[in-house]
Amino acid sequence: MILIVAEHSGGQLAKATLEMVTAARESGREGPITLLVLGHGTADVANAAAAVADQVLVADLPALAQYNAELWAAATAQIAQEGEAHTVIIGGSRSGREFAPRVAVKLDAPYLEDAIALRANGAALQAQRYTYLARVTETVEAEAPVIVVTVKPGSFAPAQAAAAAGEQYDVELDLPALRVEVTGKSVEKSSRVALTEADVIVTGGRGVGSPENFSAYVEGLADRIGAGVGATRAVVDAGWRPYAEQVGQTGKTVQPKAYVALGVSGAVQHLSGMGKSKYIVAINKDAEAPIFKVADYGIVGDVNQIVPALIEAARK
Amino acid sequence: MKILTLVRQVPDAEARVKISGGHVDLEGATLVIDGMDEYGVEEALRLREGGAAVEEIVALAVGPKRVEDALRTALAMGVDRAIHVETDEKLDPIALSRVVTQVAQAEGAGLILVGGQEADWDSQALGAATAERLGWPQLTWTNELKVEGDTLTGRHDVDDGNESFRASLPAVVTTQQGLNEPRYPTLPNIMKAKKKELRKDTLDTYGTAPTVRVVGSEIQTRARLNKMIDGKDPQAAAEQLLELLRNEAKVLA
Ligand SMILES: Cc1cc2nc3c(=O)[nH]c(=O)nc-3n(C[C@H](O)[C@H](O)[C@H](O)COP(=O)(O)OP(=O)(O)OC[C@H]3O[C@@H](n4cnc5c(N)ncnc54)[C@H](O)[C@@H]3O)c2cc1C
Repeated sequence: MILIVAEHSGGQLAKATLEMVTAARESGREGPITLLVLGHGTADVANAAAAVADQVLVADLPALAQYNAELWAAATAQIAQEGEAHTVIIGGSRSGREFAPRVAVKLDAPYLEDAIALRANGAALQAQRYTYLARVTETVEAEAPVIVVTVKPGSFAPAQAAAAAGEQYDVELDLPALRVEVTGKSVEKSSRVALTEADVIVTGGRGVGSPENFSAYVEGLADRIGAGVGATRAVVDAGWRPYAEQVGQTGKTVQPKAYVALGVSGAVQHLSGMGKSKYIVAINKDAEAPIFKVADYGIVGDVNQIVPALIEAARK
Repeated sequence: MKILTLVRQVPDAEARVKISGGHVDLEGATLVIDGMDEYGVEEALRLREGGAAVEEIVALAVGPKRVEDALRTALAMGVDRAIHVETDEKLDPIALSRVVTQVAQAEGAGLILVGGQEADWDSQALGAATAERLGWPQLTWTNELKVEGDTLTGRHDVDDGNESFRASLPAVVTTQQGLNEPRYPTLPNIMKAKKKELRKDTLDTYGTAPTVRVVGSEIQTRARLNKMIDGKDPQAAAEQLLELLRNEAKVLA
């Protein structure tokens, strides 16, 4: 069987889960597609999961109310072993890429990380992934009784519901004791469309000048055209914007239809998070800024002049 | 406590990546310590300087002969000694974690510091895989760290924000930007580093082989339109851009 660990939050099945189901269907690997739902109070998630999977295994336990790498790894490995899974698919989120290697070690399995394409090659499983800060696409392959894969968010189309809803089963787990205690949590919520779901993103860099300008220009333009808001690391480090908005190597990877970069230099670490956008727009006063090399449309100019004009023009 | 810091060598971020024969070719590229690992080296030094009971800081690298340079940099930054497992074999993180685990055990390390994401293989797996093999907890994407006795506290990024944590040593911590500002090795320290121990080791003793095969690599290029709009007249530029986004790219209504 193909075991997929469902991603969900706030009682909702994440789009990433539907993408993983597509990855499983496209992989050409055989056997029923099984979704594993770990969490607490997950009835709605399990029902949504049943619509796309052949079967759903549910571990609805108070101990699983909060994600924890060691719990998730132990649960996933146990179910993979009991169900004799030959393929384990996990989301390529921060947490997914954190616990998946532990699953691979527990199962003595090879690990194909952050796959953007997946297909069976005889007995082997072949994956494509980005390397060298997303400048290279590499094809990797592994052959073993069980293989662990993480799937990069946004790389597969979300699966449509299957003909018949999958059966749901409760599972029993042997969970390890918690060793990392969470002593505080700060959740960064944005009222705007989530970056990874947005069709258009307006991102501000240090070139916008100040937090006030960021609101006026970046948020101003985003609100006008119904876009999500992104930021560079420089802006996040300066405390102008929350980390949740950061795009790049250490932030989010995004792939919108249009990415509008205002006062962004285009450092490789930033490009690695947005370079796959369909159209890239750059406004920068320095004609030599590296962002122009990847831009479809570029304006050499001062954001203080161009962006207000853009907001005004978009009003028409 | 002994700290083991892992050091990988990668092409400089600004260097052009080239491919020959279907594989990334590093010939002629400037190679540096992976920036993410450098935060780990710096953090080990800072923990000691900040008064934590750090008995020794050991840097470990696995890779071809040239990787020595990255270890020399770590030594010049201030680590006490280095171990180089010399091999031309390209080990994926799951295979590599076998080597790291055995070195950590042989050294009696109590804390392992490793970069959160590799700048060459873009992998985030090494820290977690090593932690699992050792049976230790892991803290990934850490941007604040304190050690008092056996207690590790700090803050790290998670899916939807960040968390403060507490855990007991031994543990694996993966590091990232924001944790610290790595120091530059000074000339006297570079001189001193030449006398520090850099032990050579071979891969055979670790019983590991790659678990993933690289079939081929391609440079990711996407043809871009590179249409430049004159910004001298902001109004005209704004209107032209909107027109292109609406009618050519068709990304705006
Ligand atoms: C390990 C590591 C990980 C990293 N991860 C990330 C990451 O995830 N995301 C990320 O973004 N960065 C990341 N960085 C940082 C990255 O290297 C750059 O420092 C950062 O992206 C620069 O942000 P910036 O473009 O906003 O600022 P700057 O580099 O300061 O660029 C500002 C730009 O604005 C232009 N400008 C200035 N004034 C104006 C004006 N009035 N009008 C128009 N243009 C103007 C300038 O010409 C310049 O090009 C990482 C770095 C490292 C080492």
